[in-house]
Amino acid sequence: MNEIANAKKTARPTAAPSDTEAPLLEMKGISKGFPGVQALDSVDFDLRRGEVHVLFGENGAGKSTLINVIAGTFPPDNGSFRFEGRDIRGLTPHQARIMGISPVFQEFSLVPDMTIEENLFLGREITTGGVLNSGAMMRRAKEVIEELGFHLDPKKKVRELSRAHQQMTEIAKALMGNVRLLILDEPTASLTEAETGRLFSLIDRLKHENVGIIYVSHRMREIKELADRITVLRDGKLIKTLDAEGVSENELVELMTGRKIDVLFPAINHAPGETMLDVKDLTLANRAVEGVDFFARAGEITGVAGLVGCGKSELVRAIYGLEPIESGHIKVGGEPYLHPAPARSLKHGICYFPSDRVVEGLALSRPIRENASMAALDLAQFARMRVLQRGSERRVIQEIVDKLRLRPPNIERIVANLSGGNRQKVMLARGLTRETKLFLFDEPTVGIDVGAKIEVYELMKQLVENGAAIVLVSSELPEVLHLSKRLYVMHRGRMVAELTGNDINEQAVLSSFFQDENQAETA
Amino acid sequence: MTVRTFGSHAHPETGLERTSRIAASVGLLPILLVLMVAFMAVFEQKFFGVNNLFNVLRSTSFLAIIAAGQMLVLIVGGFDLSVGAVIALTSTVMAKTMAVLSASMPDQTAAIITLGVLAGLGCGVAIGLINGLCVAFLRISPFMVTLGTLSIATGVGLLLTNGIPVYGMPDVFVKGFGRALWFGLPATVYVAVALIAVVWFIQARTKLGRYIYAIGGNLQAATVSGVPATGYLVLTYVMCSVLASITGIMMTARLGSGQATMGGNVMMLQSIAAAVIAGVSLRGGIGRGEMVALGALFLSILTNAMNLLRIDSKMQLVVLGVIVVLAVALDELGKRRQIRD
Repeated sequence: MNEIANAKKTARPTAAPSDTEAPLLEMKGISKGFPGVQALDSVDFDLRRGEVHVLFGENGAGKSTLINVIAGTFPPDNGSFRFEGRDIRGLTPHQARIMGISPVFQEFSLVPDMTIEENLFLGREITTGGVLNSGAMMRRAKEVIEELGFHLDPKKKVRELSRAHQQMTEIAKALMGNVRLLILDEPTASLTEAETGRLFSLIDRLKHENVGIIYVSHRMREIKELADRITVLRDGKLIKTLDAEGVSENELVELMTGRKIDVLFPAINHAPGETMLDVKDLTLANRAVEGVDFFARAGEITGVAGLVGCGKSELVRAIYGLEPIESGHIKVGGEPYLHPAPARSLKHGICYFPSDRVVEGLALSRPIRENASMAALDLAQFARMRVLQRGSERRVIQEIVDKLRLRPPNIERIVANLSGGNRQKVMLARGLTRETKLFLFDEPTVGIDVGAKIEVYELMKQLVENGAAIVLVSSELPEVLHLSKRLYVMHRGRMVAELTGNDINEQAVLSSFFQDENQAETA
Repeated sequence: MTVRTFGSHAHPETGLERTSRIAASVGLLPILLVLMVAFMAVFEQKFFGVNNLFNVLRSTSFLAIIAAGQMLVLIVGGFDLSVGAVIALTSTVMAKTMAVLSASMPDQTAAIITLGVLAGLGCGVAIGLINGLCVAFLRISPFMVTLGTLSIATGVGLLLTNGIPVYGMPDVFVKGFGRALWFGLPATVYVAVALIAVVWFIQARTKLGRYIYAIGGNLQAATVSGVPATGYLVLTYVMCSVLASITGIMMTARLGSGQATMGGNVMMLQSIAAAVIAGVSLRGGIGRGEMVALGALFLSILTNAMNLLRIDSKMQLVVLGVIVVLAVALDELGKRRQIRD
């Protein structure tokens, strides 16, 4: 097996952390529960000065809960928390920052209508008697940005920046104060390779300055390049903390999922049939998608890969009728589909599963039954003459819920009390209430556990093998790589590649971003 | 086994987009103002009479101050329905205080005026504190809190006066300030200009102003960055109510009597309208005091023009409502087409 030690090209810093020294951060028996979920269950974690400690685990494994506890977003229910030898209690985000704990979350802590400079200094403005010293702040902001090697104009408003530039602003902001501990939560999710390289050399420099770094990532290449130690979490529990040296990729994935990787993704018999969806030269009003051509056929999964914020999600949302379209042609089942709107999309046999199930998917305070039948109340089996057919509704929904193995199978349960995996099943149940020929999955496995993930994949397999067309949009590269028959790659709102057969691999996907980046620079 | 690479091409800006971008940066408001004045120049010369212009300036001053306060609350992502009622409460409490003091100590005019004004401002501080504390600490929606204080302030004002105007304020206060001309302009204009300048300075040059923007722009980000958001929220509501109170004091001084019907819901609606026309976002985080003053000028000229053209006052309410809805709709549409680079 390819071992991480072999892949490590850069030498380790000379100021290697000694084991006798007290760790920068020491957490013991940390637990944290939320309604319906035990997010962390007695987890031990420690971080030494000058090391990169990777947190590894699936979505929903407890990584983000752990880094939020460290950043002071919320307190743990139990456990001891020591930072630089001191016991920490009742930590607030502000105190954490003052102590030198700087988090860079995926959810940005930026004010969109303020400039980069204003955001960098938010909460620590340079003032004389309450009056801002704009000149000094602008100079310092320029210095910091220069030092980091980012190409940012501090006078620009954050709202106008691309996701990658917002990410850089967030990193710059985290490095403004006196940083002792830096938390990076999937920092490269929206960065290109060149930008990632710059970030890595920055991390290297911070290590030399004895800063401890907690790095959350799924990407093997990054873990190989950066990690000193790796902590694997699964379902809120600590599985193992191990030295990065000598760890193989397969070992990590097995620790993460608790099973062999080849079992995770089902073998799908694709049988491409007629073209169900044909998109020509699609451009959205907000330019999140520009001039995109693509198609999806019945009986196969068409994947769309891309960095976070590349427009892949907006693409399927537009087809379903959730994003205003500026120009382009959409054909569904061979017929032109003008001015998409959700209600008409459902009638055309299109179903969209949103990535954010809480915001866009579910009425949390209502029972499973109502949530599942919500999109099909125009059908005779649910309502006649606008009067609900409760008995029939119960029967149909119960049947679907049983088929999806939702546990417990009580359809009168309130959705707010369900776990992430079960919530996704309620969403899927909604898609199965009516005859659907085209399924649009938007990040279908975000925030659900391994078991539920496998069931989602199984359902996709069934749907495709029964002749439906599936468009799968996902930022989880392994997912699209393993499940897609054909894989499109999007970058900055455009389709940059279409891969088939053996060309569907991680290297091909990553290099198509890179090619696009080069073209953009030479143009 | 194919790898297809698609060509990349940037989308060129069309002429229409450029025009709308330029219009957006200058703003529609100055253009509308010029058009309206030009319209009046052609159709109704009475508009340019000195007395009429003074009237416009006075009502602009009143509206600009109250709208500047409303703007601050809108920027932190709330809104304040109670500003009109605060005017009424301030008016009755101040007039009542002055009347009672005048009866007991008729010679000490300066003290009477000072205490009366302080009593009026106290009403603003009190209502602002109730609004701010309920919104910031109890997390009640601004709509419900300020609807409640609207009712309370109106009720107290009516209880104090039984709806009868309160006379008996010192002459100096009414003639030397409320109706006075200083260097050829109504005194209220100076007060309004000074207050708008203060608001501008706070917004552009102080930490307070920046925190108000940050709280409305992204509360979570502000809190994480160490901005004590609850305190600033309360302060913002208090500033809004105090500015409404100042408007109430000036209107009372102009009228010469305290009235429980002063301000009211029309003034409240106008304050929101002036702010929204001036580009203040109802989602919070955006808005500038000097633009709001322009918005107030626009609404005052519009009202004045409709009066001169003898448009029914009931019809004027309809027009005001239509303008508010239009301005908000334009704000929404503008947001929807925002493009990232």
